[in-house]
Amino acid sequence: MYPGRFEYHAPSTIDEAISILERYGDEAKILAGGQSLIPLMKLRFASPRALVDINRIQGLDTLYEDNGFLTIGALVRHADCERSELLRGRYGVLGDAAPQISDPIVRNRGTVAGSLAHADPQGDWGSALLATGAQVQAQGPDGTRTIRTEELFEGPFTTTLEPTEIITLVQVPDPGPQAGGTYLKLERKIGDFATVGVAAHISFDNGKIGRAGIALTGVGPRNLRANAAEEALADAELNDESIAEAARLAADAAEPRDDVRGSAEYKRNVVRVFTERALRRIAEGKE
Amino acid sequence: MAQMTETQEGVYTYPVTVTVNGAAHAADVETRLLLVHFLRETLGLTGTHVGCDTSGCGACTVLLDGVPVKSCAMLAVQADGHEITTVEGLASAEGLHPIQEGFHEEHGLQCGFCTPGMMLTASALLAENSDPSEQEIRWALSGNICRCTGYQNIVKAVQYAAAKMAGEGR
Amino acid sequence: MATETEIRGIGHSVKRLEDGRFIRGGGNYVEDIKLPRMLYMELLRSPFAHARIRSIDASRAQELPGVVAVVTGEALAAHNLAWMPTLSGDTQAVLATDKVRFQGQEVAAVVAESPYVAKDALELIDVDYEPLPAVTSPQQALEPDAPVIRDEKEGQSDNRIYHWEAGDREATDKAFEEADRVIALDTFYPRCHPAPLECCGCVADVNPATGKATIYMTSQAPHAHRTLFAIVSGLPEHKIRIVSPDIGGGFGNKVPIYPGYVVATAASLLIGRPVKWIEDRTGNLISTGFARDYHMRGELALKGDRMIGLRTKLLSDNGAFFADAQPSKFKAGLFHIVTGSYDIPTAFVEADGAYTNKAPGGVAYRCSFRVTEASYLIERLVQTAAYEIGVDPVEFRRTNFIKKEQFPYTSATGWVYDSGDYEAALDLVLEKLGYEDLKREQAEAREQGKLIGIGIASFTEVVGAGHGKEFDIAGLRMFDSAELRIHPTGKAVLKLGVKSQGQGHETTFAQIIAEELGIQPEDIEVQEGDTDHTPYGLGTYASRSTPVAGAAAAMVSRKILAKARTIAAHLLETSEDDLEWSRGRFSVKGAPDRGKTIQEVAFAAYTDLPEGMEAGLEGVHYYDPPNMTFPFGTYAVVVEVDRGTGEWKVRRLVAVDDCGVRINPMIVEGQIMGGLTEGFGIAAMELITFDEEGNCIGANFTDYLLPTSWETPAFELGETVTPSPHHPLGAKGVGESATVGSPAAFVNAVVDALAHVGVRNFEMPVTSDKVWKALSEVGLAE
Repeated sequence: MYPGRFEYHAPSTIDEAISILERYGDEAKILAGGQSLIPLMKLRFASPRALVDINRIQGLDTLYEDNGFLTIGALVRHADCERSELLRGRYGVLGDAAPQISDPIVRNRGTVAGSLAHADPQGDWGSALLATGAQVQAQGPDGTRTIRTEELFEGPFTTTLEPTEIITLVQVPDPGPQAGGTYLKLERKIGDFATVGVAAHISFDNGKIGRAGIALTGVGPRNLRANAAEEALADAELNDESIAEAARLAADAAEPRDDVRGSAEYKRNVVRVFTERALRRIAEGKE
Repeated sequence: MAQMTETQEGVYTYPVTVTVNGAAHAADVETRLLLVHFLRETLGLTGTHVGCDTSGCGACTVLLDGVPVKSCAMLAVQADGHEITTVEGLASAEGLHPIQEGFHEEHGLQCGFCTPGMMLTASALLAENSDPSEQEIRWALSGNICRCTGYQNIVKAVQYAAAKMAGEGR
Repeated sequence: MATETEIRGIGHSVKRLEDGRFIRGGGNYVEDIKLPRMLYMELLRSPFAHARIRSIDASRAQELPGVVAVVTGEALAAHNLAWMPTLSGDTQAVLATDKVRFQGQEVAAVVAESPYVAKDALELIDVDYEPLPAVTSPQQALEPDAPVIRDEKEGQSDNRIYHWEAGDREATDKAFEEADRVIALDTFYPRCHPAPLECCGCVADVNPATGKATIYMTSQAPHAHRTLFAIVSGLPEHKIRIVSPDIGGGFGNKVPIYPGYVVATAASLLIGRPVKWIEDRTGNLISTGFARDYHMRGELALKGDRMIGLRTKLLSDNGAFFADAQPSKFKAGLFHIVTGSYDIPTAFVEADGAYTNKAPGGVAYRCSFRVTEASYLIERLVQTAAYEIGVDPVEFRRTNFIKKEQFPYTSATGWVYDSGDYEAALDLVLEKLGYEDLKREQAEAREQGKLIGIGIASFTEVVGAGHGKEFDIAGLRMFDSAELRIHPTGKAVLKLGVKSQGQGHETTFAQIIAEELGIQPEDIEVQEGDTDHTPYGLGTYASRSTPVAGAAAAMVSRKILAKARTIAAHLLETSEDDLEWSRGRFSVKGAPDRGKTIQEVAFAAYTDLPEGMEAGLEGVHYYDPPNMTFPFGTYAVVVEVDRGTGEWKVRRLVAVDDCGVRINPMIVEGQIMGGLTEGFGIAAMELITFDEEGNCIGANFTDYLLPTSWETPAFELGETVTPSPHHPLGAKGVGESATVGSPAAFVNAVVDALAHVGVRNFEMPVTSDKVWKALSEVGLAE
């Protein structure tokens, strides 16, 4: 209930933040939304030597479309996504994921970028962003680099970010003029993590599927892409057969474990059911 | 820019100025001091409550610049330069906030422990959506746990407040 | 002056008089209390479920700046405080000395200038544990080679606690021999937790100058706690004051005495400064009074569609110390109400209790002393039997109900039910539900592969403990009390021996006085919780406040009314027989303009008395209830099951309760809705469980799931009113009815959705994966 002691810095620029991170090596943590970090610190499961609070840095809360990307700034909160008109329709996978994250009060503070950096395998944004083929811009002492979402997640709560790097932007590639997506989440109650989550994001090309993105939450050591399902859908029509096949392949791609939320067999089956339902919803939306 | 100070070996403080219910408070607080403890202990505003240790119950909800936040999942230092509204700041010189009236009129409270957080979240909902449906109310309040009421009268309390505010042209 | 305004007594939904402070954030909970020079205490808890303590080294903790003291079991043992008695005649460790016996058990305490520093210091205490094999189920506990958990108890060579029986074994066995069908159900009522939103805690202030200990405490029973504190600590009882201020929910969690209270008091005594201990949620869930954890086997003997016998065999997981908060003569609480609403001629209950390496408890969470378990068992058994013999579950219940004409009804286990009309409640539910249409809809839906379930539970429960000869807590008879004083200006103060934790006593009890004496509720201040200023009572739990203290309030009012009548006769210069009383006013028979209001009489009680009469208008009544009260009702739940995920959603919930006369219908409905929500949580998601090493899963709100406003269904409430013939107001208790009656209704509904393909049971919590498993086994999964 009470965190241990730590040093605290509230820089006004990214460069300042990075130089503070450099000073502490891997002993500092970035504080953005804090909705995962502070509870962990209160239980003393995390005891960083220093916190670098980036909430004072201007210009990080922008959410806009530009230059082929939907750009989500580092301080865009889940609630901003829930309310944004931009995240409906073609970016529906994001607009449908946002309201299902945690609970409404947490959503007022928690950030998309922070979620990615936290890399909880039961985190919802990871799947939604994998499905869209998103990438992040990570800025460090040596400059900025692009990291694709699938290269970002290494394992449970582990990313490929250096301790001195900050995610400044999440970039979601424009799926084209005809696209749709959704996110289905099975949770025991509001605020719980996903028992199973399925993100589906389809770009259409002349009535057929151009690109399909399907990613899974809570059924593996990290958010998983259902690659075989995606490949089966690419260039295909979105119909009953292709949906059933994709759902079957997505279920195969899952690596669930038995736990309090259910058996592996159960979760695998929900992956199949949710993939079907998600794709049907996209098909209906297309009409 | 404010700077952290190491007052004793390993003890870090930071100067903050926080406006709470319209009044500015300046203090040097330990960096690890949670916002909920700043409000309850440093400022003596005990209307905000602590109900859990995993930020899952919402009893500690306050408004940060009008937006509901869990004050147990925020540090006092993060509130520097911001405005906080606690339950003690809901009423105005003109009287109780309609949500407070609603909770009384519709029996929306029993033990009262969740009530401050619940009312603040509801007041923020009504500021954004002046005529919420039952589903919208239940959705907005799903981060505030109540063990006593079963929520149904809380929904009615919010509907009462919405109607009152509409009548008053708020 | 005639009283023209209606007196808002019984039956009025008076808006709560206590709301004012709560809606302004002015509630005064224990965690809000600040005393000068107050210190903060945090507890170190055992990470192991079962381990020997080789040594405790607190030296590094003691050196941390801001730490004032570190208390261990050894230090307490020197003052004979390392162990304390429980409410069930056992002993419980205050701070562990030889062994730890459950994960989360209290091992040491740090007292410091701030809770942050106290928590820092906990990390500096080195405890050398030698882990031992953990016993994690009562079945395992009763195996011949199981480790003995209570090896410190003289004469304890195994893990047995008690064996208890009720009813008639022989007659019941005979009925089973004559039965043409026997329906059996083995089911487990899982461990759950009251989890009130406010955790337990205290501020212990032993004043070195006066020798008086004032303990602000989250207590549902302040007087009983004071007496027990006196016995345990040796402090004289008149030098102990327990103050239970505003309590943020109790539900039975705040009935036991917890080690934290004792350690904080001892620390305050030793240090000479107030000590505040507020547990955190983990401490609350992992160590305080849990509920249920009850293994049950029920057998119903049938002849045709008539129930002719009931047998139940129970095994209770009591944790490491037998600390059930229940009347001492009943080791299985009031479980033997298990024949419920049915006219079953013979029944037999046998119950055993076992120690395990888990937190102590079992009787809590709105259970009416194990009536939740009994009601669940009978309603699940009845539902199962109906399917097995091919009768509609509603009609099967109706056929076997105790009939209206049979009350007062003596049950096969010796309860004398005061009153009931079960069919009226059932019929009202069926009408509100549109039962026949719903069954048709269900049948049509099945054709289309859509699963709808209708679950019914018709419960009778027993509350209002209780008559002194049968009911005592640690020897203290379960009467309760009301002390009433009318002030010269006609206002009043009512002091009670019970203690609200949100049930609205400040309004409800004022309404009783309003009814009896014609004084408006807002002119009556109700005080509870301070042992220095209230009459002795046993507290609020097990739905006893209205049945017992409510009766006391009525009786003391009538004593006062009798004196008031004498004064009025004196004022009106007439005889008492010539007076009429119509709430709030005495008038002369035949001359209604000549009269005196109760306010005028009150003034006269201090200014103008009959010769020889004592001044004042006050009294106290200690009420010993002649019997329990038996509230009842029928609940119906309609669910839809998702064949792809196994999730079930409540489409409708219709609840008809009969708690006799309702003093404040709004407050009664609030209690019912709260209980239905807890019942829903228990049926759907609430669970504390353990792995083989005794690690507790469910010790925070991430694992112990509570329903939010989103999952919780909407409720349609109805009522019937069958007064209690023996209660002065005709009222029965109601606070726990919905938690007692509803879990079976939820489970019956989910079972009913799949009963047509032979599914008969789901174990609680009925999570989506369990339902999906059943769906896939019967080929109905999507």
